[in-house]
Order: sequence, then C-alpha cells, then structure tokens
Amino acid sequence: MHRRDFLWLLSCAGSAGLLTGCMRGTVRGDPYEASPFGNVRLLHFTDCHAQLLPIYFREPNVNIGIAGAAGRPPHLVGRHLLEYIGAATGSSDAHAFTYLDFAAAAEQFGKVGGFAHLKTLIDSQRDEAGKGNSLLLDGGDTWQGSATALWTRGRDMVYACNLLGVDIMTGHWEFTYRDDEVLQNIERFDGEFIAQNVRVTEDALFDGVAAYDEDSGHAFKPYTIREVGGRRVAVIGQAFPYTPIANPRRFIPDWTFGIRDDDMQELVDRVRENEKVDAVIVLSHNGMDVDVKMASRVNGIDAILGGHTHDGVPHPLIIENAGGKTLVTNAGSNGKFLAVLDLDIGNGKVNDYRYRLLPVFANLLPADSAMQAYIDDVRRPYLDKLQEPLAVAESLLYRRGNFNGTFDQVICDALREVRGADISLSPGFRWGTSVLPGDTITMERVMDQTAMTYPETYVRDMSGAEIKTILESVADNLFHTDPYLQQGGDMVRVGGLNFSCDPTASMDYRIADLTLDDGRTLDAGKKYKVAGWATTGAESPGEPVWEVLAEYLRAKKTIRVDKLNTPVLKNVAGNAGLADYSGALE
Amino acid sequence: MKVHRRLVLKGMLALSAIAAWPRLLLAARPDSAFSASDADKAIADLFGQTPLDSEQVKMKIPDIAENGAVVPVTVSTDLENVESISIVVVNNPTPLAAVFLLTPRSIPSVSVRIKMGQTSQVRALVNAGGNLYSTSKDVKVTIGGCGG
Amino acid sequence: MGKPIKIRAKVKGDISEVKALMPHDMESGLRRDAETNELIPAHYITELVAEHNGEIVMTAYWGPAVSRNPYVSFSFTGGVAGDTIKIHWEDNQGDSSTTEAVLK
Repeated sequence: MHRRDFLWLLSCAGSAGLLTGCMRGTVRGDPYEASPFGNVRLLHFTDCHAQLLPIYFREPNVNIGIAGAAGRPPHLVGRHLLEYIGAATGSSDAHAFTYLDFAAAAEQFGKVGGFAHLKTLIDSQRDEAGKGNSLLLDGGDTWQGSATALWTRGRDMVYACNLLGVDIMTGHWEFTYRDDEVLQNIERFDGEFIAQNVRVTEDALFDGVAAYDEDSGHAFKPYTIREVGGRRVAVIGQAFPYTPIANPRRFIPDWTFGIRDDDMQELVDRVRENEKVDAVIVLSHNGMDVDVKMASRVNGIDAILGGHTHDGVPHPLIIENAGGKTLVTNAGSNGKFLAVLDLDIGNGKVNDYRYRLLPVFANLLPADSAMQAYIDDVRRPYLDKLQEPLAVAESLLYRRGNFNGTFDQVICDALREVRGADISLSPGFRWGTSVLPGDTITMERVMDQTAMTYPETYVRDMSGAEIKTILESVADNLFHTDPYLQQGGDMVRVGGLNFSCDPTASMDYRIADLTLDDGRTLDAGKKYKVAGWATTGAESPGEPVWEVLAEYLRAKKTIRVDKLNTPVLKNVAGNAGLADYSGALE
Repeated sequence: MKVHRRLVLKGMLALSAIAAWPRLLLAARPDSAFSASDADKAIADLFGQTPLDSEQVKMKIPDIAENGAVVPVTVSTDLENVESISIVVVNNPTPLAAVFLLTPRSIPSVSVRIKMGQTSQVRALVNAGGNLYSTSKDVKVTIGGCGG
Repeated sequence: MGKPIKIRAKVKGDISEVKALMPHDMESGLRRDAETNELIPAHYITELVAEHNGEIVMTAYWGPAVSRNPYVSFSFTGGVAGDTIKIHWEDNQGDSSTTEAVLK
C-alpha cells in the first residue's frame, strides 16, 4: 500500500488524527510531523525484542492494576484506554494502543515496527530536530526475541542498532547471553551501555573480574553526560533489577543487580552537583509500576523513560516527590512505537516538554534501503529455516496478557501432548508476536515465542502442593501491592489445569479451586506429571521447546484455540485493566 | 545558649555510655543470644533493652533476594558513640546473624552477607551512647517469576 | 588450619576501608547430605577480630546465618598507607585463620 492510500485510509477510519490529544501543533496530513518545540529531542524505543521486520502485536485485554495502580495507566485496557487517550473506535490510535477488533484492524492498518521503517521515522525525527539536537535511547530487551538474534547471539541486533544510530542503551534480556558474550556485544556497540544498578559481586572483584569502577563495583558505566542542542543532559542507566531472579543467574554469575534507589538518589545528587546539567534523564528497564514508585522516592530526575512491562502509554505520568515532579513513560514493545520527548531546557532545569508516542505503521513509512539491505543479509543464511510453514492459524494467536494467551495455550497443549504430561507450565513472558487467523505459522513465528538461551524442556513429577506454590509465587510477583516486589512478567500459563485467582489477596491466598481438565480436584499430596520449559535454575534435560512446538504444529496442520486455561478471577470485576475476559469473573 | 545545651547533652551521653559500657563490651561471644529461636528474645538477651525505631539507622538490603543464601546487607548510622551493630533475620531458625563491636576509631558502617531461608523481616540494631536503635525491612525470598 | 583470608585495604584521606573474603563452608548444621540424607555438622566462623598495627578496630561475632565464604567490610580512622591490617577468625570446630595485609 502506498503512503497516500494509507493516509486516506486513516481519514476513512474515522480517526480524528493519529495520536489524538497528545500531539499538539500537528501538520494535518503527515501524522509524524510536528511543529518545532524546545531545544532537545530525546527519541526512545524499548523492548523491541529483536524484531527486525514489521510484525503484528496485539496489546492485552488483561493488565490488572492492584491497589495504587488500579485504574491508572498502564492498567487501562480496551475502551478504558481509548477513553483515556480520547481516540475514536476504529481509528489508527485505537488499533495501535488497544486489542480492540484486533484481527480486522490489523488487516486494515497493516504490520507495525521493523527496523527499516523505524530507521526512516527516526531519521526524519532527528532531521526535524536539527543536527546535534537529539539523542536516540534504547531501553533494552533488544538482543533477544527472534531466531536470528538467538542464532547470532545478539550480534545481528547490535549492528542493526549501530545502523539505527542508538546513542545509549541499558539492558535486561541482553544478560541472558553469557557474560563474555554480553561484554563482546557491548564492544561491538557504537553507543554507550549504561547501568547504575549492576555491580560486580565481591567474590568476583577479589578474583580480579573486570569492573567499570573497582571501588564502587559498578560493572558498567552508570551514567553519561551528553551535549545536546547546546545543553548538558545526564542519562542514567537502570537495568532490569531482578535479572538474576527472573532469568538464569548461571549466565552472569559475577554480576548482581537490584533497584538500588538509594544509590540512584546519591548518583542524581552527585550529577546535579558536579556536572552542571540542564536535565537528568533515567533510561530504565524497571517496569512502569516500579518506575512510578522510584519517581516518588528519588528526587531530581526530570524524566524516567521506561520499558520492561511493554506498556504503550500515550502520555507520561507526572509523579510528585519531595524535590518536584518526574515524568514517567513506557514506550511499548516489539518496535511498535517510537517515543519523542521534546524538552525546553536551560539553566539547570526543564521549562517545558512535549511527549508523543508514535506508532510505527510500516505501511506509512518507506523502508530505509541501507537498513533493509542489512536485514536481508543477516537473514539470508537462515531463510529456509525461518520460512518453514508448520501449520495454519484458524484463530488469532497472541501471547500478551496477565493470564493465558492463545499462542501460549498452543505451547501448553503441545507440551502436554508431545511430552505426555498431565499438566504443562509455560512462563508468562510479554514478548512474542501475533499471528492473524488464516496466516501460516512459520518457524519464524514459533521462534518469536521461544527464542532464548534456556529453551530446554522438562517433564517431572510435582505434587499438587508444589504446583500451587509455583502459582502463588508467580502471582505474588505480578500482583504484590508493593511494586518493588513485582517482577514485571505475567502469570505462568498452564495447560490441563484450571484454578481461581484473587489478585487482590495476599501471598498464599490468591490461588484456589485447582482442578484438572477432566474436572478432578488437584490433590496436594498426589504427584502429577508436569511438562514445562525455561527453567532459571539448572539447565533442563529435554529438547528445546521450539522443537516440541514445531513437531506439534506439523502434525496438527491447522490450529484453533477453543479452550483457554485461564483462571476464574475474583474481586476484580470492573477493574479498568480487564475487558472481554474469556474466563469467569466472580 | 545553644552551645551550652549541646555540651551538656554530649556530657550526659558520654556518662550514660560509660555506665552502659560493661554490658556492651562483650568479652566473649554471646552464645545464648545466638541460639535463641525468637528474635525478640535474642535481642533482649543481648542488650537487655528493646530497641527504638530510628531513621538514623540505615540498612541497605535488596527488596527481593537474588539468592536467599547470599543476601548482601550494609548497616550504617550517623549516630555518635556507636558501640555495636547487629543484624537479626526474624524468620531464621536462630534469628541473630551477626554482632559487630566497633571502637571509637570505627566508622559506623559494616557490610556482610547473610542467609535467609524464607521471606522475612530483617532488623538492624545499633547500640550507641548506651541506647539501642533499630530499623527493619522486609526482604522477599522467591522462586522467581518470568521476565517481561 | 583454615584457608587464608583475602584482604583489600585502602586508605582515602583519613578513612581506611577494609574488605575481606574468607573461604569457609559456613555449614548451618541444618542441611542434609543429598546422598546419605544425614545432617551435615555445623561448621561456621564464630568470631572475627580485625587489627590495625596491633590495635583492635573491629570484632565480630557470627552465627551460622552468615553466608558461605563470608564477606565483610568495615572502615576506621587513623590509618596511613603501609600500615598493617591483620584479620583473624575462629570457628566452632576449633579451626582458625590469620592473614595480614598492607594498607594501600
């Protein structure tokens, strides 16, 4: 489709214009163009999960906020979110930010993201700002999520980011490669990799393991100062604080993480005192609720540009703290959005700002030819493998959501059937692209759901009590009222098992009514055969999950998801983070 | 006026410190406090008094332990005349983990790594000028979830 | 004899910071052997003394909840580069270890 046709389509779709309400001074006709504003432009993308090509990505219909997070972004889904952004049903904004009528809207508006298209948008935004007046920030989860990223150990993404012109990044899934591979990739990266909250362990320091600063123990440079638009901007890195808990510690045994907000405060104070900066920005992979809490506790940060939780949040939240106000943003995932923060700064402070979260509609942005050529080159050796057709989707396949997604149900069904288990468990990752009904599920789409460095499957006997403990523990990581005790993933997906969940209850009291698919009650003392993958402890012995999934898909040929093992939810009816729920509400 | 008042206060603190010194200058390891299975009993056994919550006692410890077997903790304070710093893990089988006796030349800040069998409150106690001050924090020990 | 203690001691201005790592199993006495299922006897450091030029600057009493291969750091005033730092520990089975290092 040509760009002009797409613009026509946008007007036909009844949209009041892309990014209604958050884009002032837009020149009608080109939704990406904006009037001049301020003196510094910060471009931010995050959690692209190595998606070099345009893809489909369905936003969640379940993203429940508990306690202080209830009813505010990012815990607004569907119509609640439409209302918040003031977008019309059926508009391009509605499609970009919500799951509503997803399959039909995806056909209409086409794929999103893709580095060649993102490159075109970034270049035009940087041209608009003028030479030397912008920075491109990458919030991390860049080197993982696709087959080619896994097979090149993240290298394909490092070079793609160099072509994209990324100035500064931080990380999370980057740390799921071995530490020496992480350091090699950082060497290859033309920008700076920063993280104030990653330290070399004391044991490793005694053993002479390299640190950015041996006295402080910082494993990486904690912050950087850049001259932009004649102003001085500090950017502090905040990697995902719970990497060694949520992902295997064995790949990065010498590094220790944590939120370290007291260290953040000391750093912000020191930077403000010694570096004569006009703005302090945190490039964060905390997750949005953690960022909101950190912004309330740490003074002196002008904006936290956030990621990890994959929330496409159109406006910054403005969080008050003892020192003033801090903007908190979250810029979605999978290359679907580019955030543009225009700042008017000087004399050590921010006078004004403008924020836009631009959806990257591939049809609207011609591919940058150099980036496209690079992507084609990177993919060429793997094309046969990537393009192997495995089955045809009869249902919309997606992952994202607090509880089960249809693609995860397929993974859970495959694990049970291929590995002969009563129950299957699959982690609640937030990455993974969507497949439209009628489309072919290729190996590439399977790898989008599974490409990672610890894909091994297991089958083991677990008691009913152990299974409940796992569910309780993961639910607590998702629904704890204190965001610092959340890890930003979604609930573990289950196959062959049904349960109820009260997100508002406390640890050990959320999960109840466990039954098998045949209706039998789960017996706490009885052992069940459980299949799963992605163990964070020791490496599991089984074949990689993509092999299990591919074998299942090849045999099935067509895939329809009729039953989702999604829990009966208690005490959250009416929550603005819940809509069109496929399970029961009590 | 202010100067005088400060001097008087300082003098009183010094006096009380001297009065309390024999109890705090542990000549040997306080074995009974280390074997107590209840946190309050261990603290009572060690100090003979209950601690006062104080913002002047600072504890750096993770919100979620990366590994329950190795939880780094740093306790520091801007209180003066600090005689000891102690760490108690309430839900451990024997809650008293460590006692550090400082000297007048010490900077009142110590770091150590402790084991936690399960999610627990961790208390830091500072004995200064004959009084006992504390702060506490809940630390979660988890099997881990899934990354975003 | 216990294993030697790794010590790093640095002076900055008037403050000397000592970091020490002590290879030691720190068995709590509550763990069971994976094969025999027998309780592994408690074996842990109970007392630690740090000296600067022969004067005690810190004493620590520990229980079994201090982590395996204990790490400790502490600071004191009045040291200068070249001074001697000595750390000595004793454990519940009568083992001990003493290591000296130079303040840098």
